[in-house]
Amino acid sequence: MPHGMNATLKRIMPQLVILAIVLLLNVLVFPDFFRIEFQNGRLFGNLVDVFNRGAPTALLCIGMTLVIATKGIDLSVGAVMAIAGAVAASLVVDGHGWFTALLGALAVGSLCGLWNGVLVAMLRIQPIVATLVLMVAGRGIAQLITEGTILTFVNEGLIHLGAGTVLGIPTPVLIWMGLGAFITLAVRRTALGMLIEAIGINESSSRFAGINSRVLLVSVYLISGFCAALAGVIVAADIKGADANNAGLWLELDAILAVVIGGNSLLGGRFSIIASLIGALIIQSVNSVILLSGMPPEFNLVIKALIIIAILVIQSPTVKHALYILRASAQPIQPFEKTEREEPTQ
Amino acid sequence: MENAVQPVLRCTGISKFFPGAIALDEVNLELYGGEVHALLGENGAGKSTLIKCMTGAYRRDAGVIHLSGEEVSPANTKDSQALGIGTVYQEVNLLANLSVAENLFLGRQPTRYGFVSQREMQKQATEILQEFGLSINPAELLSSFSVAIQQVVAIARAVTLSGKVLILDEPTASLDREEVDLLFSVIRKLKERGLAIVFVTHFLDQVFEICDRATVLRNGRIVGSRILADTTQTDIVTLMLGRQLESKVHDRVVSEGGKKLLELKQFGKRGVIDRFDLNIREGEVVGLAGLLGSGRTETANLIFGVMQADHGEALLRGEKISLKAPRDAIAHRFGMCPEDRKTDGIVGDLSVRENIVLALQARQGWFRPLQRSKVNELAEAYVKALDIRLASLDMPIRLLSGGNQQKVLLARWLATNPDFLILDEPTRGIDVGAHAEIITLIEELREKGMSLLVASSELEELVAYSTRVIVLRDRRQVRELKGDEITTQNIVHAIADEKTDQALRETA
Repeated sequence: MPHGMNATLKRIMPQLVILAIVLLLNVLVFPDFFRIEFQNGRLFGNLVDVFNRGAPTALLCIGMTLVIATKGIDLSVGAVMAIAGAVAASLVVDGHGWFTALLGALAVGSLCGLWNGVLVAMLRIQPIVATLVLMVAGRGIAQLITEGTILTFVNEGLIHLGAGTVLGIPTPVLIWMGLGAFITLAVRRTALGMLIEAIGINESSSRFAGINSRVLLVSVYLISGFCAALAGVIVAADIKGADANNAGLWLELDAILAVVIGGNSLLGGRFSIIASLIGALIIQSVNSVILLSGMPPEFNLVIKALIIIAILVIQSPTVKHALYILRASAQPIQPFEKTEREEPTQ
Repeated sequence: MENAVQPVLRCTGISKFFPGAIALDEVNLELYGGEVHALLGENGAGKSTLIKCMTGAYRRDAGVIHLSGEEVSPANTKDSQALGIGTVYQEVNLLANLSVAENLFLGRQPTRYGFVSQREMQKQATEILQEFGLSINPAELLSSFSVAIQQVVAIARAVTLSGKVLILDEPTASLDREEVDLLFSVIRKLKERGLAIVFVTHFLDQVFEICDRATVLRNGRIVGSRILADTTQTDIVTLMLGRQLESKVHDRVVSEGGKKLLELKQFGKRGVIDRFDLNIREGEVVGLAGLLGSGRTETANLIFGVMQADHGEALLRGEKISLKAPRDAIAHRFGMCPEDRKTDGIVGDLSVRENIVLALQARQGWFRPLQRSKVNELAEAYVKALDIRLASLDMPIRLLSGGNQQKVLLARWLATNPDFLILDEPTRGIDVGAHAEIITLIEELREKGMSLLVASSELEELVAYSTRVIVLRDRRQVRELKGDEITTQNIVHAIADEKTDQALRETA
């Protein structure tokens, strides 16, 4: 648990530095990158786009961070997005209001999370296998709901969630920031965060200490399902339709990547949601660089991979250690010196 | 100073610094062939660090190592193995799911036409094992043998790989007496062969039994080296602690205890432990004695709900309670320090502070967080009361020494203000100083009216603090000793008598 602002800042510093570098790359390929304009009651600009387009990954990585902290993983979030989008779309198409559609989608997403949680916590199936089930089956379920078509809708209220603005700020940005802040406070102001970390570090010791690991495990998968549902609704609202085949496709991998770039260990334990969210912004900024540089689209994935490899290499323990040694040799540390000097006299 | 015989391994001026601490301060150590050399010291004295610097697991910050007169500088453990320095750790570092032969030859299997020759490997393995006095089938899985035999296999591998220096890091910590004898006979053979052997342990009796020389470390410095034939245990303990250990054995308070707290009737679980009756009163310490695997840990686990009993009932102050999980037990104000501190006790990456409040917080529920000020108050109070030595409350508990980790676990339960505390091997693998403190603490808690159930393989210790001792054998209770009956001799008899009974039955 970070103690106060300083510890939090220290924890997220590497991520902030990487984000700054990638944003600078954006400026290099597109000098007007930081320009933000206010037109028609809405903020426009490339930076705003990064925050807006990054919303689905950002939402997913909130839940994913908690799941990974318990030594788990949730591969089903992309498919759950598709299900949630399909549920929301079919509800408004059936004439229900946007709020009912949102609640319905969130409820179904949470139910998906509950399913994963039960498989992992009660039946003790390995998380990667347990969530793979829904990852595969989920798109099928979504297709059943949309009856194989792209279910389009015109409900203004629902569309507003994905494409609208509040006080000039795109709604998705407000949603992921709001949820991120809420969950961060919820886990850090209660003992939830510490107990989740304890389970991730050593589940057996946690059990001996009386922690109800089952309930906590189910909860984190449930939260992950909820986050995925919210992301699914936003994506559907943005394109005014539910595309069971493509909504959230491969986004689970971006979410995991965001968590990893955020410096959270896949082995569980200590976590930082803020760092993961910055990780999501880094990924979106990388996407933005490629787009703005005007490279042919066929290069996109390769370049993205190269940039991400670079980020991960910088964060790897081996490189970190090498950097530490470099710094240490630049400014001599006392104990080394003392003994080295004494040696020849012996 | 120079001996006529050249040392096999000579370390000169070894130093190692950790951030904010000097782990080793210009340590000199000489190992001679055909000698068993004990490396002693309290937890955190620098024994492990020294070994790791010798084997290249740590990079030393200063100092020179000479092996057979030549300067060497192993960069990693593989390097040191090739040079001739083999190490065997307390937790056997082999692959339990492979056969004994495969473990012996892992990475250098005898091949034929590029394929592993199983027959050749079995043959060579059998020969090697026979040298070590083991006549076991090398084709069987390593996991099918006892820890002691696995330990010998690990030594066999280390010796065949290396063959000049053998470092044994607490090899006997989880062995019973017979297994220790087996191990010692192997060590004696290796000694005759001229190996230089380093023996790290907390058991002083074993040091005097097997070792020729002892070097004592304290706070990263060598405080003395002794030929064991010319010295006494008290001398060694004094070196380790840096003060004269006052004789701790005082008169045992004979106490019947107060009101009946916990009553177990025909409690048991098939295949784990036979049904037993057990009553525990307030202000009573019940000791559980028995050999390894006799059912001590199983009894403790059953009462704490780690395993569920399939028979019998538990009454707390006369009322029936259910003990299906540790949570249930904790809700009834039970606490337990498990036998395996590392896997069942500490949460390694969490801070000492968080480890102390973990059980209390878990009992309160996650939505009722303990206040920051309360947490600090608790943690600081227990660090002070139990004399836990640490650099900061924020440091991860895994960085503490064994004794201090154990104290943190005790603090975790004391913070929950328990009525009944189960301690399973509370003093295993911890240094002499912390050992004495924990024994004193057990007595203090009893005087305050707490009930304790303590399982231990150290009989003197049980005799010192128990008001009653229950002796287990082959997963059942065989004897209960009370008052003046509680002596180490009687406990040993209770275990042994049963043994001869069984022997008689078998021969009949």
